[in-house]
Amino acid sequence: MPIKLFSWIKKLFKKKRMARIGIYGPPNAGKTTLANRIVRDWTGDAVGPVSHIPHETRRARRREDITIEANGRTITLDIVDTPGLATKIDFHDFMRYGLEEDEAKRRAKEATEGVIEAVKWLEDLDGVILVMDATEDPFTQVNVTVIGNMEARHLPMLIAANKIDLPEASPTRIRSAFPQHTLVPISALEGENIETLYDEIANRFG
Amino acid sequence: MTRKKNQTTTRVQGVELDFISEDKLATMTAIEKIRFILDEVRSSKILVLERGLTPEEEAKLIELTMIEITPDGFSGIEIESYPTKQNTSIFGKIFGKNTTRTRLTVIGPADKLKTIKKDRDMITAIVTKQ
Repeated sequence: MPIKLFSWIKKLFKKKRMARIGIYGPPNAGKTTLANRIVRDWTGDAVGPVSHIPHETRRARRREDITIEANGRTITLDIVDTPGLATKIDFHDFMRYGLEEDEAKRRAKEATEGVIEAVKWLEDLDGVILVMDATEDPFTQVNVTVIGNMEARHLPMLIAANKIDLPEASPTRIRSAFPQHTLVPISALEGENIETLYDEIANRFG
Repeated sequence: MTRKKNQTTTRVQGVELDFISEDKLATMTAIEKIRFILDEVRSSKILVLERGLTPEEEAKLIELTMIEITPDGFSGIEIESYPTKQNTSIFGKIFGKNTTRTRLTVIGPADKLKTIKKDRDMITAIVTKQ
């Protein structure tokens, strides 16, 4: 009984480092691939399917209690994998990937709902990992809007410059675009430099 | 009937661009600004805002845009602005005033305005009539 009581008191006063982190970015930047990588590395599980067709993730998916140990710190995260943010969604774009018209329209409708959900999640987060495709122009409005929202809310943010396994990737271009923010070049698919990302997650959100 | 058929129109064809002053937007609430922008863009106009929206207003604009998208109708907006700047003045920090400075923003219908290139100091876009 005294041991149980001691353990209960210890739990009560133990400083628990816990944060709810959203994974944001434009469609096809590799958000779900990164969420899968993080969750798989620390729990052995996965978050959701990935696809080359944009807006594969059309519902936010939350995984709770992901404990990361890095850089001598332990942090417990709720990871929210959000649908890709966009300012336009045209079902014709999905038909170019071979989808039938009805399916393309359904996907477009669900994608619009997913974007709304992603925007709403911004209000309930402790920090953001912004995933950018390092082969693309970093100055997209989606990136500018997410960064602006994090700065306005004074919340921590980390940029993951993804797809560095591709020859045309240029994390330097992203670094020079947003020099005020911490950036980690990674390949979520290949796991390249992922340990550095965990170190920075512990530093920024711990 | 024949006359009507042969009539030639002298209306100038093109896309309307409206340049909106900072003062005009300053008199509006956030939701009024967003409603104004969406109504103008949905009537095929391209807006150039002297000072853009706050990041929170931009997020709200994206949200409302998504609600209005319809197949074969409105497919969304193209919006480009320069990243906001943080006001680093000591007085602003001491008195806790809003330190975000919004900047020039271009907004138009996605089927008419296309961004070609964007960097820290320049936005290049094309406007199509359709």
